Amino acid sequence: MGKKILLANDHIEGIRFLDTYRKHGGYAALEKALKSMTPEQIVEEVKTSGLRGRGGAGFPTGMKWSFLAKPEGVPRYVVCNADESEPGTFKDRYLMERIPHLMIEGMILSSFALGAKTSYIYIRGEYFYVARIVEQAIEEAYAAGLLGKNILNSGFDLDLYVQIGAGAYICGEETALLESLEGKRGNPRIKPPFPAIAGLYGCPTVVNNVETIAAVVPIVNDGGAAYAAIGIGNSKGTKLISASGHINKPGVYEIELGVPVEEFIYSDEYCGGIRNGKKLKAVVAGGSSVPILPTELILNTAAGEPRLMSYESLADGGFATGTMLGSGGFIVMDEDTSIVKNLYTFARFYHHESCGQCSPCREGTGWMEKILHKILHGHGTLADVDLLWDIQSKIEGKTICPLGEAAAWPVAAAIRHFRKEFEDFIRNGEHVNDVKHYYRLNNLTAPIN
Amino acid sequence: MSEKTILKFSDETAAIAKKIVARYPEGRHKSALIPLLHLAQAEFDGWLSVPAMDCVAEFLSIQPIEAYEVASFYSMFNLKPVGKCTLEVCRTSSCWLSGAEDVVRHIEKKLGIKEGQTTADGMFTLKTVECLGSCGTAPMLQCGGDYYENLTLEKTDNLLEALRADGKARVYTNDNPVNID
Repeated sequence: MGKKILLANDHIEGIRFLDTYRKHGGYAALEKALKSMTPEQIVEEVKTSGLRGRGGAGFPTGMKWSFLAKPEGVPRYVVCNADESEPGTFKDRYLMERIPHLMIEGMILSSFALGAKTSYIYIRGEYFYVARIVEQAIEEAYAAGLLGKNILNSGFDLDLYVQIGAGAYICGEETALLESLEGKRGNPRIKPPFPAIAGLYGCPTVVNNVETIAAVVPIVNDGGAAYAAIGIGNSKGTKLISASGHINKPGVYEIELGVPVEEFIYSDEYCGGIRNGKKLKAVVAGGSSVPILPTELILNTAAGEPRLMSYESLADGGFATGTMLGSGGFIVMDEDTSIVKNLYTFARFYHHESCGQCSPCREGTGWMEKILHKILHGHGTLADVDLLWDIQSKIEGKTICPLGEAAAWPVAAAIRHFRKEFEDFIRNGEHVNDVKHYYRLNNLTAPIN
Repeated sequence: MSEKTILKFSDETAAIAKKIVARYPEGRHKSALIPLLHLAQAEFDGWLSVPAMDCVAEFLSIQPIEAYEVASFYSMFNLKPVGKCTLEVCRTSSCWLSGAEDVVRHIEKKLGIKEGQTTADGMFTLKTVECLGSCGTAPMLQCGGDYYENLTLEKTDNLLEALRADGKARVYTNDNPVNID
């Protein structure tokens, strides 16, 4: 069994509630920090831990924290990014639903470390019921003196609020999230300035993912060095993986970074192998935006080394033969899956979710969806595959925010690794492994204007 | 010339809205716009008519266009009337791989409507939506604030019947899922 630090207690009945959470060691880190640590010491522990942003980008959290500007008399904000929307990702939902106090304790610790007096948790609108669970937990924390004025008689004050979104993937991008929190359309801002200098209401702000914030709790409890002792290379600690698709045991798993991909897919501790005794065809390892890899490249690197669940190993080989850990949204596809059809759902997704601010993304995502729609409906030509490649290459790197890359990468990777399947689909129609695929879409999807 | 319709929050909703506005620093009350649009949608028949958005703008002392431009950006805000129950079937990768299209097709057949349409009796609207973070429990749909997961065609039938029997309008602020097992 791998070591669990975030989900060690998730099986305990009632862990959602404050009493039970405290009975199992909850808020010990907060007591320790407020009684015996300075804010600077907490930042140091987070730096030592090697924790990297768990939302997808993997940027070192301690470094992000150390960039925070601290001008006199200007409020600072900590914002928790709970706008989990990357297809294939549902770990933050699980964490908030099961152990909301872990995130809340992490928010109080982070706010203390960074000097914030008001903090917000931005939860995607569709998670309405999750937001209610978190709000109830916040009420419990206020009632117990863990939030509000003079927390645990330390002199530290903090107000913590839940902000609800309204359906927009782009608000997971931190500057779009801040725009949304200010009551505007979720259009990402041009950077610099980064939020650490000018974030919420123009004030210095740190935005961190739910899982990142939660990880601050064990780091304060056990020390940054203990956290850094888990994992492999520059992939320290544990990571929540949302596993879905054609596997026997979909769900959220906490892994020690460095578990072999093969073990993660086939062992009973995790995914439990491919559903219905089928063979593995491909995996999207870190949420919809990361490159899809075929079986041989997801299980082993191009050099023949076993591929591990870590930032470095998954990225081994660059995009030619590797991928990314991303958000940990692990989508598994069996031998009968149509890569073309799956890619169409991604292309449609990114077209739907483009905020429309930058032309390459707004227009390019639309064209990629249209061309894939045409291929799926039996009207594709071989030149369309090259056209798709051309379009994606003209989006990547040419937009204000990374949604452009997120839309381009899956198209590029599907063509890079499965070009023959696109060509077969165009020449011979919809069969993959004798399973007929596209006819179902015909009467479902309205023609695109 | 018809008179301009003016909508106002009920006293109860206005009290909730006031509490929400108090979460933000002085002068930053516009931050309450999205939460208040949710309240307006829940109070005014599940969609945001121009008078409903005007009501929010008036409450926050902002220009009506500021409410319109935000309402039109976010997919959870309906700018046209919808049925009492909007069935939002997730259509992205993991759900699609796990049979979401069968669920959509089944509902279309059962209700005699196509995706995007509302039944003649105003009971159901069928939509497909992008990833709802329920990939490990696919396929799924959202109705009001509730998630219905690990759907089968049988469970989908049960859901339609239970929602019809219940008869209530469902908005995102609901918190009482019907039993579909």
